[in-house]
Amino acid sequence: MEKFTTHTGVGVPLRRSDVDTDQIIPAEYLKRVTRTGFEDGLFAAWRNDPSFVLNNPVYAEGSVLVAGPNFGTGSSREHAVWALQNYGFKAVLSPRFGDIFRGNSGKAGLLAGTVDEKVVQRLWDHLDENPGATVTVDLESRTVRAGDGPDAIEDSFDIDDYTRWRLLEGLDDIGITLGHEADIAAYEANRPSWKAATLPAS
Amino acid sequence: MGKTLSEKVWDEHVVRSVEGEPDLLFIDLHLIHEVTSPQAFDGLRLAGRQVRRPDLTLATEDHNVPTLDWDKPIADPVSRTQVETLRRNCEEFGVRLHPLGDIEQGIVHVVGPQLGLTQPGMTIVCGDSHTSTHGAFGAIAHGIGTSEVEHVLATQTLPQARPKTMAVTVNGSLPEGVTAKDLILYLITQEGTGGGQGFIVEYRGQAIRELSMEARMTVCNMSIEWGAKAGMIAPDEVTFAYLADKPEAPKGAEWDAALAHWRTLVTDDDAVFDKEVVVDAADITPWVTWGTNPGQGAPLGGTVPSPEDFEDASDKVAAENALRYMDLEAGTPLREVRVDTVFVGSCTNGRLEDLREAAAVIKGHKVADGTRMLVVPGSARVRLEAEAEGLDLVFKEAGAEWRGAGCSMCLGMNPDTLAPGERSASTSNRNFEGRQGKGGRTHLVSVPVAAATAIRGTLSSPADLQTVGSN
Repeated sequence: MEKFTTHTGVGVPLRRSDVDTDQIIPAEYLKRVTRTGFEDGLFAAWRNDPSFVLNNPVYAEGSVLVAGPNFGTGSSREHAVWALQNYGFKAVLSPRFGDIFRGNSGKAGLLAGTVDEKVVQRLWDHLDENPGATVTVDLESRTVRAGDGPDAIEDSFDIDDYTRWRLLEGLDDIGITLGHEADIAAYEANRPSWKAATLPAS
Repeated sequence: MGKTLSEKVWDEHVVRSVEGEPDLLFIDLHLIHEVTSPQAFDGLRLAGRQVRRPDLTLATEDHNVPTLDWDKPIADPVSRTQVETLRRNCEEFGVRLHPLGDIEQGIVHVVGPQLGLTQPGMTIVCGDSHTSTHGAFGAIAHGIGTSEVEHVLATQTLPQARPKTMAVTVNGSLPEGVTAKDLILYLITQEGTGGGQGFIVEYRGQAIRELSMEARMTVCNMSIEWGAKAGMIAPDEVTFAYLADKPEAPKGAEWDAALAHWRTLVTDDDAVFDKEVVVDAADITPWVTWGTNPGQGAPLGGTVPSPEDFEDASDKVAAENALRYMDLEAGTPLREVRVDTVFVGSCTNGRLEDLREAAAVIKGHKVADGTRMLVVPGSARVRLEAEAEGLDLVFKEAGAEWRGAGCSMCLGMNPDTLAPGERSASTSNRNFEGRQGKGGRTHLVSVPVAAATAIRGTLSSPADLQTVGSN
C-alpha cells in the first residue's frame, strides 16, 4: 500500500446524504474478478444526469470527495472503494460513514475522514463558489484546509489512530498480523474440540 | 460488574490485545461467495500465502447465479467466469464448496444455519453485509470487505476495534398479523439508517424471546440497515432445539459440552449497556417503506409522508429525492400504491417458514392481473423441503413463479431484476435506488404483506383479503 501523508487535489461537492454503496457502484458492475477498471461504474445511475457533479468537466480531476452524512452505508462491497480510487479519489470527507465502508477504505488506502457537518457545509459552499478549487487533507495533523484569506477553511478531521498509522506508514495489515503467528497458534491450540468445522479433522 | 452477551463472546476470541491497537480476534467461521472473494484469492496467490484454516471456511454460490435454468451453464459469460473462478479457487486452496446443483447451495446466510455450522458464541464473518443474520444464534457476525476476506483467509483472524454495546428491548408480544420483519422495519424507521452505528446490538425482551429461530434471523439480518456493527440474540431453548438435529451441530458428549457453554452466553444481570432502546411491541403494525433507504418507512395503514413532516434539513431533502425517485405523491394512502412485481425470498425472508407463511396467505387466491410474483427459496434444501410440503404447487396454482435458490431479485446482479420504473413489494432488505435493477422502485415488506399485495395488486395485508371476501 502506498504511504499517505498529505494530499491536495480538486474537491468535489456531493450534496447528498445516505449515499449507499449501491449508489457508489451498482451490483451489475461487481461481476469482475479484478481490482481495477471500476471507475466506469462509479455513481453509474447519477452519471446519466447531465447536472450530476462529476459530469461537470471542472471536476474531471477530482480527488477529494466531500459528501453528506451516512456515506457508504449498506453493502460490504469493497468495489465501492476501488471505484472511487480507480476514478482518482484519494480521500472522502463526510460527517458519518458506514462502518464497513470506512474499514474497507482504511485497508485499501483511501482516506475516509470524519468531519463536522458544519465543515462539510462550508466546504460545499466554497467548492460551489469556486468550482475546481482544491482541498488539502493532511493526515499527519488530521487537518482539512481549503481556500485562503479571511474565509479560508481549516478544521480537523477524525480517523482512528491505528488506521492513521497504517496509512502514514503504508503498511499491509496481513503482514502485521502474520507477525503475531505465535499468538494465533497458541489460541488455536486451546480451542474446544466441539467447535464447528467445515471439513473433517485431517 | 457483569458482562453483556457480546462482551463475553468478544473476550473469548481475543488472540491479542494491546493498548492503542484494535484487538486481534479469532474467526470461528468464514463464509465466502463468488462476488467478494476472487480478488482476495488473487492477493493470496500474489503473496504466496495459503488459506490458514480451510476447515473453518465454507463457500457457496448465491449472488450471481440464475434462478431459472440453474442446471445449465450460466448464460452471461461474465457471471459464469466469476462463478467458475470461485470453483477454481476452492479447488486450489482446499475450501469446501456447495455449487449450483448441490442440495446445500443457496444464499450463504441460509446455508450456514441450515447446516448447523452457525452456532452460539461464534465469531462469523463473510464478505457480505447481511452476515449479521447469524447473530440470531448469539454469535458475533458481521460483514467484511474483500481486503478483510483476504486477511481472514490468510490468518483466520481480524483486527477489530471493540464496538460499544446497545440493548434493544422489545416489551410485550407482537400483535396478531405483525411479524419480525415489521418489527425490524419499525425499529429502523425510529432509529434511522445511522442509529446503530458503532454498536453491537443485543435484541431482547418478551417479543424477541417469542420469535422462532427463523424470525430471529430476519431481525438480526437487517441490523446493518440501521448501521449496527452486528445484531445478536442470546441463545435459549429455541436456539438449542433448532440446532439439535442439524448435520454439523456437535453430537453426543461434544453436544453436552457445547450446550453447557452456550447456556452461559447471556447478558449478566448487572451488566451495563452503553445505550438502551425500549420498544413496545403493541405499537408495531404491518410496516412498509415508501422511500429509498430502509429508514424511510411507515405503517401500511398510513400515507406517504411529505418532506415537510421532517424536521432535520437533510431528512427533508432525502424525502424529496426519495418521493421523486419513487414517483409517489405525499398524502397518498400506502394501500393505494399499485405494485408490478412481488418478490418473496432473500436472506431476510427466504427460509422455509417464510415460504409456508406466503403459501398460507396465497392458497386459494390468484396473483392479480398485471402483477407478477416471484417466489425464490433461500437454498436448494429449502426448495426441496417446500416442494415436499407441496408449497410450490400452491404458488404455481396462484400464478406465481417458483424458482431455484439464490439471492435473485434482492440485488439486481443476476437475471432477476426490475425494469426501469417498475415497482416492487419485496421481502428483501434494501430499497436503495436501483437496488433491484436500474430505475426499479422497491417497497420493503413482510412476507404476509407481500403475499396479500400479490393478490390485490396494491400494497395490502392479509386482513384486507378478509374484507374483500366478506363483501
